[in-house]
Amino acid sequence: MDLSVLLSQLAEGMLISVEIFTLTLVFSLPLGLLVAFGRMSKNPIIRNITKIYISVMRGTPLMLQLMVVYFGPYYLFGWSIRGYRFLAVIIGFSINYAAYFAEIYRGGIESMEVGQYEAAKILGYSKSQTFIKIILPQVIKRILPAVTNEIITLIKDTSLAFVISVSEMFTTAQAIAAAQKTTTPFIVAGVFYYVFNYIVATTMEWVEKKVSYYR
Amino acid sequence: MKILEVKNLKKDFESLEVIKDISFDVKEGSVVAIIGPSGSGKSTLLRCATMLETIDSGELKYLGEHAVQTIDGKAVYASPKDLKRIQSYYGLVFQNFNLFPHFSVIKNVTDALISVQKKPKDEAIEIGRRLLEKMGLEDKEDAYPFQLSGGQQQRVSIARALALNPKILFFDEPTSALDPELTGEILKVIRELAAEDMTMVIVTHEMSFARDVADRIIFMDGGVIIEEGEACDVIDNPQCERTKMFLNKFENR
Ligand SMILES: Nc1ncnc2c1ncn2[C@@H]1O[C@H](COP(=O)(O)OP(=O)(O)O)[C@@H](O)[C@H]1O
Ligand SMILES: [Mg+2]
Repeated sequence: MDLSVLLSQLAEGMLISVEIFTLTLVFSLPLGLLVAFGRMSKNPIIRNITKIYISVMRGTPLMLQLMVVYFGPYYLFGWSIRGYRFLAVIIGFSINYAAYFAEIYRGGIESMEVGQYEAAKILGYSKSQTFIKIILPQVIKRILPAVTNEIITLIKDTSLAFVISVSEMFTTAQAIAAAQKTTTPFIVAGVFYYVFNYIVATTMEWVEKKVSYYR
Repeated sequence: MKILEVKNLKKDFESLEVIKDISFDVKEGSVVAIIGPSGSGKSTLLRCATMLETIDSGELKYLGEHAVQTIDGKAVYASPKDLKRIQSYYGLVFQNFNLFPHFSVIKNVTDALISVQKKPKDEAIEIGRRLLEKMGLEDKEDAYPFQLSGGQQQRVSIARALALNPKILFFDEPTSALDPELTGEILKVIRELAAEDMTMVIVTHEMSFARDVADRIIFMDGGVIIEEGEACDVIDNPQCERTKMFLNKFENR
C-alpha cells in the first residue's frame, strides 16, 4: 500500500484525535478551575460533592467513564441521541480532566502566600480583582509543569475514544492494519503521536519561558 | 484632628487573649512608635487596626468615622461601602514587603491607582515615578522585585503604599526582614516622611530610631499598654519596671 494513500486514510483519524485533544482542553481547563473553587468552598455540601466527584473521576478508569457517559442516557432515561458519540467523548474527557486540573489548581492556589492576599486587600483590590490580577497569574506559573504532564497524558489518552467506536487515529490505524495485513499503519500512528507530543511539549516549554521573567 | 481612635479593643485567638482592652489615639501629623517584646500583640494590634483581623469588641474610628463599634457587647462593622472608603484612609507596610512578584516595580506602585482608584494610566505613572524618585529608585522602575535587594524592595513597598495617598501609614517592623546594613536606608525614608508630617504608626525594635522619629511611644506587653508617653520620656526615663527591663535589653546595642 502506498504511504500517501495510507496517510490520507489515517488523516481523518488524526484530525479526530486533534479535535478530542483541543476540545477537551478548551472545556476542562476552565471547568477544572470551577471544580477547584467548589473543592475549596466554605460550604461543606459543595465541598464534599466536589470532593466525591474528584475522587470518582480519578479513582475509576477513563475508559469506563466514557462508556457511562455514552450509554448512560440510554440506560437511565431511554434517550437515544443522534450524533451523540463524539459529544460523549468530549464530555467524558472534559469531566475527567477537569478533576485532575482541579487538584492541580487547588495545589497552586493553596501554595500562594497569604501576604499576597493581604497586600491586595490593604491596597483596596476587590476579591475578584485580587484573584484575577494577583493570584491567578502566579498560580499559572507555578502549576505549568504539572499541567504540561496532564496535557501530554491527554494526547495518549485520546486513543481511548475507541471504546465507544469513535475512530480516532489509533482505531483507524488498527482497522487498516487488520485489513491490509501490515504493521505500517502502527508505525505511522507511533510517529503521529510522537510528533504531536513533541509540538505540545515544545509549546509548553515556550510558555514556561514566557513566564520565567519573574520569580 | 484625630486620624485614628482605638477604644477598648479586644481580640482573642481561640482561648488566647492577644489584645486585652487597648485604647489610644493618633493625631494628624504625629508619629506613634509601638515597642514591646515579641509575642506581646503588636502585629495583631496593627492587623486589627487595618482590618486584616476582625476584632471581638471595642471601637475603631478613622477621621471620626466608625469602622467598628461595639453594640450590646458585639463588634459591629460599618457597611461594605463605608469600609471601602475607610480602607482608603490607611496604608500598611509589611515586614516582608509582600510585593507582587509578577509586576514590575512601576506596576507594583501604580496598579492599585489604576485598577482601584481608577486614575488614568499616565497620571498614575507620573505619581509612581515621582515616588520612586523620592525613594531613590528612579532607575529601577522596570526591574522585577526578585532583582532588588531587601532594602530596595521595602522602599518599593513604601512607595506602593504612598501612591494611594493614605491619611495614615502603618509599619509592622519594616526593617526586621533586612540585613543590618540595609536597615539604615529604610529608617532614613521613614524619617523623611516624618519630616513631611506624614501620620504614622510604627512597630519597631529600633529604639534610638523610635525616640528620634516618634512623637509618642507605646510600650506593649502581654496584650496591654504598659506605658505610653512622649518618645524621649518613655525611652530615656521609663516609669514602669517592665518598660525598664525591656529597654535594658537594648542598652548595649
Ligand atoms: N492567627 C493567629 N492565630 C493564633 N494565634 C495567633 C495568631 N496571630 C498571632 N497569634 C498569637 O498572638 C500573640 C501575639 O502575636 P503578635 O501580635 O504577632 O505579637 P508581636 O507582633 O508583638 O510579636 C502570640 O502569642 C501569637 O502566637
Ligand atoms: Mg510582630
